[in-house]
Amino acid sequence: MDRLKNLSKASRDTLITYAIVIVAFVIMQALASMHAISSSMIGLLVPITAYICLSISLNLVVGISGELSLGHAGFMSVGAFTGLVAAQVLAPAITSGPVRLLVAMLIAGCFAALAGVLVGIPVMRLQGDYLAIVTLAFGEIIKNLLNNLYVGYDGSLHFSMKDTASLGMNGGKVLINGPQGAVGIEKLSSFIAGFLLVLFTLFVVTNLVNSRSGRAIMAVRDNRIAAESVGIDTTKYRLMAFVVAAALAGMAGALYAMNFSSIVPKKFDFNTSILILVFVVLGGMGNIRGGIISAALLTILPEKLRFIGDFRMLIYAIVLIAVMLFSNNAQVRMAIDGLRGRLSRKDDDEALGDAIEGGDAQ
Amino acid sequence: MTRDEKTYKVQSGSAPVGGRTEGTYKAQSERAAAAGVEQGRETHPKRQRTKMVAPPNNYLVPERDALKTPVLECRHLGIDFGGLKAVEDLNLMVGKTEIAGLIGPNGAGKTTVFNLLTKVYQPTRGTILLDGVDTAGMDTARVSREGIARTFQNIRLFDSLTVEDNVKIGLHNQVDCGMWSGIFRMPRYWLSEKEFHDRALELLDVFNMADNANDIAGSLPYGAQRRLEIVRALATGPKLLLLDEPAAGMNPVETEELMDNIVKIRDDFQIAVLLIEHDMDLVMGICEGIVVLNFGKVIAKGTPEEIQANPQVVEAYLGKQD
Repeated sequence: MDRLKNLSKASRDTLITYAIVIVAFVIMQALASMHAISSSMIGLLVPITAYICLSISLNLVVGISGELSLGHAGFMSVGAFTGLVAAQVLAPAITSGPVRLLVAMLIAGCFAALAGVLVGIPVMRLQGDYLAIVTLAFGEIIKNLLNNLYVGYDGSLHFSMKDTASLGMNGGKVLINGPQGAVGIEKLSSFIAGFLLVLFTLFVVTNLVNSRSGRAIMAVRDNRIAAESVGIDTTKYRLMAFVVAAALAGMAGALYAMNFSSIVPKKFDFNTSILILVFVVLGGMGNIRGGIISAALLTILPEKLRFIGDFRMLIYAIVLIAVMLFSNNAQVRMAIDGLRGRLSRKDDDEALGDAIEGGDAQ
Repeated sequence: MTRDEKTYKVQSGSAPVGGRTEGTYKAQSERAAAAGVEQGRETHPKRQRTKMVAPPNNYLVPERDALKTPVLECRHLGIDFGGLKAVEDLNLMVGKTEIAGLIGPNGAGKTTVFNLLTKVYQPTRGTILLDGVDTAGMDTARVSREGIARTFQNIRLFDSLTVEDNVKIGLHNQVDCGMWSGIFRMPRYWLSEKEFHDRALELLDVFNMADNANDIAGSLPYGAQRRLEIVRALATGPKLLLLDEPAAGMNPVETEELMDNIVKIRDDFQIAVLLIEHDMDLVMGICEGIVVLNFGKVIAKGTPEEIQANPQVVEAYLGKQD
């Protein structure tokens, strides 16, 4: 316990986040094995982990780098479809499912990162509202490209932007069929894979934030002119955050897609981008732990509200508004801080001397 | 009349300048003419010999820096905003270890000069040489890497980060650790973080701020924020430190302390300091050379004593005396 206190605040926060993720995984895994949760909930486990990864990665752009990106689902879809194709093509070469999933996710991450670079180079010339609108447009462009993309595999890959006939295949299988998306997907994703991806995403983002590059990213967010004046290449670090987030979103997209038997490009539209943004904003921009919790709760909530039928989305909206209002209300915050202060004072009663001396014993 | 113009008048007027005297020129031309005759060519009798003089050198540097490359040299520097000439024909030299002052009434263009030096604005005319290197075409970040650090008139800290992180960001280009080493916590990462931490605390010690290392920068009192900005600027390892009103908002005791610290920084780090300040006690107390700017033009240069006695300066600040 003493060693825990000596750690810097940032690393203590990170450790708590890891602990929460691991404990939640163990509990859910235990409940699932005891059949204590409904099958609809079990079906939600993988999407929840995917959304958590998306929330963490978007937090890197919105919270840490301070750019409002409205096209995150676009990178998710790039990862989803490249991951699907990779998993199918590699099927004969790699028989083990988990290994194939891993390789497919890595390929998905690479392609999403590539898309991130291509989108990022023009986008990083802009700031603020303009950047938000342009990322929105890019998200739509990616969706529409995938809507018109046909991919077939008969020993070699065939691409077309017209229809399946123009693929010119000898037998084989159509992997991506334009607006109908991909069908007959092999279900490689599992809750454990999702959990590991969450840990990996968390690892990458928190380590990046607490490094030289992460400090540079936050410096650009806090004060661009000052960051330039100390010799930081602002475009480089904004692009770095954007591309790393895109790669992680791509991996999450691959995980998400391989949880379903079929998936259409329309799934990754503007609404999904906004949904991920809601996770981040509700959890607190820059607060990774908050983003994880809100992603999990907001994915479960509509499912739990199913019993009230048509009023479901209305209640969902009201809950969102209420949480936003309360968490941004100064008086509520003061009350919570006061409560926290009182609780921690009880803990620290023995270490009172410490607290008076130590500046960082907060 | 400005000091520059005076010097110029004197030089171009009549008398011998520098080492070259009229006599030498004459002797040279006679010798050349004689040589022409000797080779059978006749020198054109009507061509007048050009009189050569040393150009007016209006630069001033401390004697100890006179033979070293000046850390900063501006030649005919100017910038227009539309039709407004915000800075015009600025000639300036700052010696290697000089503490120089840039003063002038409000709106004279002092901060614009800083923005030109740090390439926040690209100059319309003229050249900036930083330690002998032309900074044309460089951007702000590049100029910082070349050795100019600055503080801002309205404090610009990384408010949401800790004091230590602010200094570590200043050290960004001093310690290297790539993105991959950072993400995957390679040995390089741990080495660099240790170096970041040690050097940050060392720099904070200059202003006795090591105890505040874990405080959030935005929550510091005003004076401490100003000091932190100077520490962050020093962390970039500059050759020239630009301070934009470092004493603004400080009480006389704090200002006194700041003056000692500026001199200490110059002595310890062996760098040059160029500062903008309205507090005349500070300027006259520590600046070795002073440049006075009014309406974007230099109206006087000199030592504190010369500036205080200069009627143009008095007029710029106080209006015409009858």
